[in-house]
Amino acid sequence: MNATWSRFNIVSIVLGFAFLYLPIVLLVVFSFNASRLVTVWGGFSTQWYAALFRNQGLMDAAWVTIRVALVSASAATVLGTMAALVLTRYTRFRGRVLFTGMVFAPLVMPEVITGLSLLLLFVAVGLDRGFLTVTLAHITFSMCFVAVVVQSRLISFDRSLEEAAMDLGAPPVKTFFQITLPVIAPAIISGWMLAFTLSLDDLVIASFASGPGATTLPMKIYSQVRLGVTPEINAACTILIGIVSLGVIAASIVNKRREVQRRRDEQAAMRLD
Amino acid sequence: MANVSASASAALPAEKTFLSRLISGFTGRLLILVPYAWLLFFFLIPFVIVFKISLSQSAISMPPYAPAIDFSEGISGLWAALRELSFDNYLWLTEDPLYFNAYISSVVIAGISTLLTLLVGYPIAYGMARAPASLRPTLLMLVILPFWTSFLIRVYAWIGILKPEGLLNQFLMGIGVISSPLVIMNTYTAIFIGIVYSYLPFMVLPLYSSLEKMDNSLIEAAQDLGCPPISAFWKITFPLSLPGVIAGCLLVFIPAVGEFVIPDLLGGSQTLMIGRTLWNEFFANRDWPVASAVAIILLLVLVIPIVLFQHAQARAQEQDR
Repeated sequence: MNATWSRFNIVSIVLGFAFLYLPIVLLVVFSFNASRLVTVWGGFSTQWYAALFRNQGLMDAAWVTIRVALVSASAATVLGTMAALVLTRYTRFRGRVLFTGMVFAPLVMPEVITGLSLLLLFVAVGLDRGFLTVTLAHITFSMCFVAVVVQSRLISFDRSLEEAAMDLGAPPVKTFFQITLPVIAPAIISGWMLAFTLSLDDLVIASFASGPGATTLPMKIYSQVRLGVTPEINAACTILIGIVSLGVIAASIVNKRREVQRRRDEQAAMRLD
Repeated sequence: MANVSASASAALPAEKTFLSRLISGFTGRLLILVPYAWLLFFFLIPFVIVFKISLSQSAISMPPYAPAIDFSEGISGLWAALRELSFDNYLWLTEDPLYFNAYISSVVIAGISTLLTLLVGYPIAYGMARAPASLRPTLLMLVILPFWTSFLIRVYAWIGILKPEGLLNQFLMGIGVISSPLVIMNTYTAIFIGIVYSYLPFMVLPLYSSLEKMDNSLIEAAQDLGCPPISAFWKITFPLSLPGVIAGCLLVFIPAVGEFVIPDLLGGSQTLMIGRTLWNEFFANRDWPVASAVAIILLLVLVIPIVLFQHAQARAQEQDR
């Protein structure tokens, strides 16, 4: 769509983004509040950040969360990329309808159902709840998000590149690693990041799948939030928001650079012709 | 799965060796098998287990239910067990009006919130689609960014704003609009705000992608022929954006029905939603069979929207090809 950008359009965007960002900005601002009361400004202070790093329970939970997120995002990226390849490349095989359903259903499945069903599976097979079960649960739901992200890149992928490689004698596996993988790499990276943050954020599924000794940061934050709003939680949330925003912004800058580079390469190639 | 290797070899010249064909057939099969087996084991089978446990009796033990079917006794044991399967948990759900009311109010709350999200999201998506092309990637990233920050944190942020001595009331009383604080926290209004806020990116993104694809010359033609802008919007823009509207509404509605965090943190103890009922049944009452029955019924409530969602996904995928 290309049309005039009316005043109504501009106003609705500004209001929309104010609605999206104001609560987060306020949360960050009040994490630097000297007062114990979250909503009354008592001067600038970083004391809550200091208190945060002295809170051993919170630090332990953060460490568990990061480990779960690293392992589950990596496994989910491999499985999700495989699922995306199956969805785009193998259009006919027995059970494809079921497969497609199983990839898309977890995207919208209420978390309480996913969490409960996974917990009952772990109990049924006699797996002790803890680090491993949370990780398995996170792999399962985030691989579907990875699959969707990678699939959208694969659909627009120019298959003649692969065909050319195979015509020149490259075996399919080598073609995949030398041609397909580099082209879909940005999608795989953003899939990994999405899986990582999904795991970092998840409360409901982790609460079901986790056991003693594997309390994740969202579970810890949730139990403290229920007791009341404190600046310390604001500080913890601010750090999380900071990490995630930095990651997303860095990734988008890298992507943009690659895009510019690619365009330059293409133009250079055209000139050679 | 046999035609995996067939389709691969069709694209290849005939000099492919027997060995490489064997390898490619094998990797093709492995490629399908691994994610397939994973999803079967960690997604489908758990539902079968939930269904099974929903038919068993609750017991005070660990795990807190009597097994519905014990496979160790063979066929005869299976038959005996099948006769003992009980629908007690489901009967219990129909006897206590609490559950019925929780289902109804969840669907109503999710429905109203979905409409509100559409009303808020449409002008944003529309504005984005009409923005200068150079600005669009930035705007798109700004919509996605909150989606990356934790759901829990975003809901938590609203507690400080909405509570009686919170920032919204301070602000409104400060400028003299109201004289006594508004009670928003722990009401359904707070849940609506929470759902609209948390799910807004899910609505804006599909709307934007269908609006962005639209050919503006259609609207120009209508306006050239004397159609006023507002009726041009309703006659052309809105119908053409319907796939985005449907996808966005389903993406908001389905998870909102089973939402737990928002009603728990913003809705207080007075508001009724089925996700919380399930959570309490499981964690507070430790009644796993009833929690399973609640989950199965919730799934039945959501089957139609989920199937619709998958149809929409499949159709969008076909169009992109």
